[in-house]
Amino acid sequence: MKKAWVAGILSLVSIFVFSRMSPEFLDWHFLVTNSTTYVEVGLLALGMTFVIVAGQIDLSVASLMALVACLAALLLKKGASIEEVVGFALVAGAFLGYVNGFLVAKLKLPSFLVTLGTLAVYRGMAQAILGPRSVEIPHQFVGIDQVGVAGIPDPVLLFAILAAVTGLLLHQTVFGRWVVATGSNESAARYSGVPTEKVKIAVFVLTGVLAGIGALLMISRLGVARFDLASGQELDAITIVVVGGASIMGGQGSMLGTVLSLCLIDIIKTGMGVANVKLPYQLTVIGILLILAVLAINGSELLARWKSSRTSQQSFKSQPSG
Amino acid sequence: MNGVRRELISASLIVILCLFAWIREPRFFEPQSLNSILLYLPMVAIAAVGQLPVILTGGIDISVGSILGFTGIAVGLMFQSNSHLPIVAAFLFSGLAGGLLGAVNGALVSWGRLPAIVVTIGTLSAFRGLTFLLSRGNQVDSTMLPSSFTNLVQQGIHIGSVTLNEPLLLVFLFAFVASIGLGYTQFGRNVYSVGNNIKAAYLRGISTQWILFSVYAFSGFTAGVSGAIYASRFGFVNPESAGKSFELTVIAAVAIGGVKITGGYGSVLGALLGCLFLACLNVALSVLGINANWQLMVYGLLIILAVLLDSLLRMTKRKAAV
Amino acid sequence: MKKLFLPLIAGALVAGCSPVSSPNSKTTSSTGGDQQIKMVYIAKSSGNPYFNQIESGFKKAAAQFHFEYSTQSPTSADATSQLEIIKDQIQRGVDVIAISPNSPDALDQVLDQARSKGIVVICVDDDLTGNESHRDAAVLPCDTKTVGDSQIALMSKLMGGSGDFAILSATTDAPNQNAWIAEIKSQLATPQYSKLKLVTTVYGNDESQKSATEAEALLTDYPHLKGILSPTSVGLASAAQVLATSGEYPGGPHASTDAIQLTGLSTPNQMKKAVQNGVVASFQLWDPSISGYLAGYLGYMIKEKKLTLSEGGSIEVPNLGTVEDGKNNLIYAGPMLTFDKSNIGNYNF
Repeated sequence: MKKAWVAGILSLVSIFVFSRMSPEFLDWHFLVTNSTTYVEVGLLALGMTFVIVAGQIDLSVASLMALVACLAALLLKKGASIEEVVGFALVAGAFLGYVNGFLVAKLKLPSFLVTLGTLAVYRGMAQAILGPRSVEIPHQFVGIDQVGVAGIPDPVLLFAILAAVTGLLLHQTVFGRWVVATGSNESAARYSGVPTEKVKIAVFVLTGVLAGIGALLMISRLGVARFDLASGQELDAITIVVVGGASIMGGQGSMLGTVLSLCLIDIIKTGMGVANVKLPYQLTVIGILLILAVLAINGSELLARWKSSRTSQQSFKSQPSG
Repeated sequence: MNGVRRELISASLIVILCLFAWIREPRFFEPQSLNSILLYLPMVAIAAVGQLPVILTGGIDISVGSILGFTGIAVGLMFQSNSHLPIVAAFLFSGLAGGLLGAVNGALVSWGRLPAIVVTIGTLSAFRGLTFLLSRGNQVDSTMLPSSFTNLVQQGIHIGSVTLNEPLLLVFLFAFVASIGLGYTQFGRNVYSVGNNIKAAYLRGISTQWILFSVYAFSGFTAGVSGAIYASRFGFVNPESAGKSFELTVIAAVAIGGVKITGGYGSVLGALLGCLFLACLNVALSVLGINANWQLMVYGLLIILAVLLDSLLRMTKRKAAV
Repeated sequence: MKKLFLPLIAGALVAGCSPVSSPNSKTTSSTGGDQQIKMVYIAKSSGNPYFNQIESGFKKAAAQFHFEYSTQSPTSADATSQLEIIKDQIQRGVDVIAISPNSPDALDQVLDQARSKGIVVICVDDDLTGNESHRDAAVLPCDTKTVGDSQIALMSKLMGGSGDFAILSATTDAPNQNAWIAEIKSQLATPQYSKLKLVTTVYGNDESQKSATEAEALLTDYPHLKGILSPTSVGLASAAQVLATSGEYPGGPHASTDAIQLTGLSTPNQMKKAVQNGVVASFQLWDPSISGYLAGYLGYMIKEKKLTLSEGGSIEVPNLGTVEDGKNNLIYAGPMLTFDKSNIGNYNF
């Protein structure tokens, strides 16, 4: 849990830095309304937290979100009601997530490669269906980011609720413990009665559902759906989760960390944007920040490990079983 | 024995793909499309030969696309300041520049003890930013590159109308060196040991940190050579688009070639066959005139298919062993 | 240990940021004593020589009309990253946003927000086709008809008026490309081009590798192909490299009876070598800096309320002459240029 606060402390530091860099930055109303832009990737990160804690990875999330967005947009255009489309997006997200989960858990394929494949397949399907077109969203469904309660836009509220719910799910329920157990040591978990296959499928389905919700928010915010929406956001989501203190090897991570880390990325990107820092510099800073943050998170452990002479270390593993 | 069987599968996949393409469009076997395949190969194959040892140790290098972009720009600037630079020196320079960036990855993974996927997602972004800074937002144009450099792909060994272009000879060189290095030296055996069980390797006295460091530096070196090939093949290098998503192609190629993504198993021949498969696939998609909107999906489906086949093969082998 | 790292990161942030925020062209000192107008230009992507040339036009206008100009462009060409930039620029308090939109419809909401705050929005090089009400004016280099007509005329001239040719385009969803191709197709239906046949249109996604593979596939699939038209710079440059490699350009080592004429749209610097080597005889473009200059001028004048646009009217632009304000306040910057061996040395962009 302590690791989560690294992102929190860094957020405060960055707020200070950026308020010194540009006078326009510290504007509560702006910061809150502007964060609607980061809600969708935030939802992906919530799901990704489960996936990563379970010792897996999901590279397909952004493509999945784009595919659901395109399909939902087509349905809306055909005159489906909002309830129907919301239902559809949730089911479609769950189904596409299930496909990932099925391939990983039942067929025992490495999640990195499975989701690398579905990354191409899901976006490819969106492209095959829509082609070059962009689908306009009917007027009444557009602009969820423009309405809100007490000055806080609806997507941000929805994100807060979902973050709380998923946080409880991960940290306060049996399911959450199963996820952690599966990620820490899969075979040990299996022998102690954790249904690891079902857990793995469940985390992918959950990610799919959250991406489905993200898809709806995105098309409502943009007023249009295209196959290339959110491209590359899978890496952003992974970055957020890792900076939030989750271990890419599985078994560790907190929802609070993910949320704080999302705030950090939001603040840094917005801050640099308002200060008119050129985007190439932003890329460099974000990349270095990711590495430094992970160094900071692992810092105490690293030190301890250095002291207690050298044991061995592990690098990236997508699946503990051989 | 097992190794040979897996590579036979890759080879037969290529044969099936080519036969299918040939039945649909007999022109697929014209010298022109063979040349096209041979031109596609070098960039991907050299980087794949570099990615192989990284994956064998259980790691991953996602930053290769950005390294390719960086070194492509660096070569252009090098030629701009000295247009009489010998071609060999240019390739060496590009490789060393890439090796330097790779060494950053390597240091962070080995001595920084950070997970490879996190490090290289970070440097993917940071190196791309550096590429923009190095180029000052300008593209390297053909006017900056000497003709002897951009003509490289036209030279080589001509067999009828088919040309074994010079960069292809470089592939053979790298493949040869890597095969010897991995197959017949203590270093190579250590790479496999690290991938199979890093703790055991460490306890046996293998200097795991040097192994990790050198595989990432080597991967960077090969990506750097690919950067020089990129500049020579296309005659221009754009800081934004050069090498974008290149990592996905390289990793997919290695995976299709039967290299186990969790480490410890795979061969140079396999990685090369994976590259050949992707080269044939790309050319086939274009020659068959598959609607551009469908190509991404086909690509993704084939990656999943290859991974599935691989796991089926392992399962049957495991059963046979029991 | 953590205590050690945090200041380090904070330091990196400061170090990474402070040097770059200052040199953002503060241009000339303010003249009239009033506050200078702040203008930002958002290109489709960074690092593209074409957009760099547009920027140079803006810089020229900024120096001439005394406004504060800066540029901020996404590192990849998608609409959503432009959206974030626009939001940040609104907060920065800019007066004019000039943008080359990556999508004709995804930016509507945020541009409306900008305009509700009194910011003037000018589209440059590409328009919000179908959503023109979300911007004040658009400056396009050349109208679709001129581009399509001159391209097919040049292709026809190079091919001697007859034969098969193919189009190598960017992405299937690039509005400019699709509009030009539609115009080219409609021209092909006229008797003037009755002997020309468009055999196929392929898409290189504006990636070098993909464009090259598509161009090579064209050579394979159509052995009697006599021409390739690529109205996109990445496509044209890659196809030129493919022809240089295969030697099938006119006068090339493998140009038997069916040499392939290649032309299209690109910047002169990118094609200089191909033209000198004879791989490409001639190609076209406009000068993108004129669009930038004109957009800079218009943005400045509209914001200063020295100019109100009226459809069908005409505008006097210093150093440029008169331009016409067309339907939907769409303004064309200017003439199509044809480059060949004789004149390409005179251009540097």
